Amino acid sequence: MDNNKIEQYGDELYEAFVARRAVPPLLSREPDITIEDAYRIQQRFVARRLEAGETVVGKKIGATSKPVQDFLGVYQPDFGILTSGMIYQEGDTIDLGGLIQPKAEAELAFVLKHDLKGPGITAMDVIRATDYVLPCFEIVDSRITNWQIKIQDTVADNASCGVYVLGKTKGDPRKLDLTLAGMVLEKNGELFSTGVGAAVQGSPANAVAWLANTLGELGIPFKAGEVILSGSQSSLVPVVDGDELVCTVGGLGSCRVKFSGRSAA
Amino acid sequence: MSSNLTLSREDIVRLCERVEGAQTRAYAIPKLTDEYPGMTIADGYVVQSELRRRFIARGHKLVGWKAGLTSKAKMQQMGVSVPSIGFLTDRMARPENSAISTADLVHPRVECEVAFVMKETLHGPGCTAADVLAATDYVLPAVEIIDSRFSGFKFDLASVIADNGSSARFVGGGRPRYVEDLDLRTLGVVMEKNGEIVGMGASAAVLGHPAEAVAMLVNILAELGESLPAGSFVMSGGITEAVPVKPGDSVVARFQELGSVSMRFIE
Repeated sequence: MDNNKIEQYGDELYEAFVARRAVPPLLSREPDITIEDAYRIQQRFVARRLEAGETVVGKKIGATSKPVQDFLGVYQPDFGILTSGMIYQEGDTIDLGGLIQPKAEAELAFVLKHDLKGPGITAMDVIRATDYVLPCFEIVDSRITNWQIKIQDTVADNASCGVYVLGKTKGDPRKLDLTLAGMVLEKNGELFSTGVGAAVQGSPANAVAWLANTLGELGIPFKAGEVILSGSQSSLVPVVDGDELVCTVGGLGSCRVKFSGRSAA
Repeated sequence: MSSNLTLSREDIVRLCERVEGAQTRAYAIPKLTDEYPGMTIADGYVVQSELRRRFIARGHKLVGWKAGLTSKAKMQQMGVSVPSIGFLTDRMARPENSAISTADLVHPRVECEVAFVMKETLHGPGCTAADVLAATDYVLPAVEIIDSRFSGFKFDLASVIADNGSSARFVGGGRPRYVEDLDLRTLGVVMEKNGEIVGMGASAAVLGHPAEAVAMLVNILAELGESLPAGSFVMSGGITEAVPVKPGDSVVARFQELGSVSMRFIE
């Protein structure tokens, strides 16, 4: 795909983000778009956010579970760039008015104390480079109408990043069973679903190793201090005004989030 | 529990013999409500109690109980608000890492569960999760091998209860733990069959907390005029979906903090 088209679609997604108005799937208009093209569109979309004053704060890993990979027709995860405008603190209420068609996912976040430079990174390197892990919520959102996404659409749309909230309990990955830690998700005081770390690529550390290796191939830096959202351990939760979610990671702790307002779609 | 009994003594014996035949000779039978459409949950428990009485008379040892229908999804599907229970005998126990024959089973399926071993006797009604935790000696990981004897997986609650809650085999193992050293609500579980993940969840999937299921089990026992004696082994309900197994399959259930339980299936 030529650079003009890459820029055009990246700009279109950025403008959709700013206006909170979804656009038709890119793939419906450009059936030959490749995953590589989609990452270039993502770079343009993110560059526009950075030009507007945001900074890069981390990465998110998406499509890490088998059901989502089956749905998207891919056999590997994808990634997006986290920027400063996506951060909420635990205790804040998330304004749904800033989003189009949000859904929440309960995840484990990693914070690095050393840079990770792929290729050749394994899960063992990830544990060594991790400062701490946290329970977190990622609120995914799509700039594509009705979430009618294929892998190219979501990659171009910055892996459907919305906003995220980190919990406050820090865990040392050497003292936790990242693979078998349970994930309990409650919505408005009732059990919504349960999961376990293994749902993410067999173990969340595997997903982070995949990310380090993929970024290494693409020459994208992966630095100490960055936040990595490692992939959903729950089913997607639709959220509306007044909803409250709590996720609890076994052996670690909880993250709590409230929502107010109305999303665009 | 619906307390109205509709079955005569003759009906009870007849249905018990039908279930017993299907269980001991491993064949499928039509659901009991095909012939007795008015059969109630209380009727189901009367047939189950008769089955228990017969097994014990024949020298089987009662070792504990199991709770079934403990997930919200299964309860909604069956239209009930309390779990069902079944009894466990020494003849159903299989050791960890053993080869389990499927020749004497109809359509076996496996589930991961947290099991409790009691140090004090519990009596309902009014038993709470806190009572259960205080009366627990230790918890351990377990795999229940359920086997509905009803053809085509067509069943209803009364029939399932009469069939002893589909109880067939169980394997306890892993690492015994004190309940006060664990958060029993957030234990993660992974079930692998032949090296592939086939089930995942956390222990809250069982009524929000596995001890809640054991408390409800004790309260159902009270309605049957029974208590839960010290030394009982109690399986609290499936955390993962039931997965079918056949000869040649190898199963490993991995539990956060509790270790793992493995077994393989043969002809």
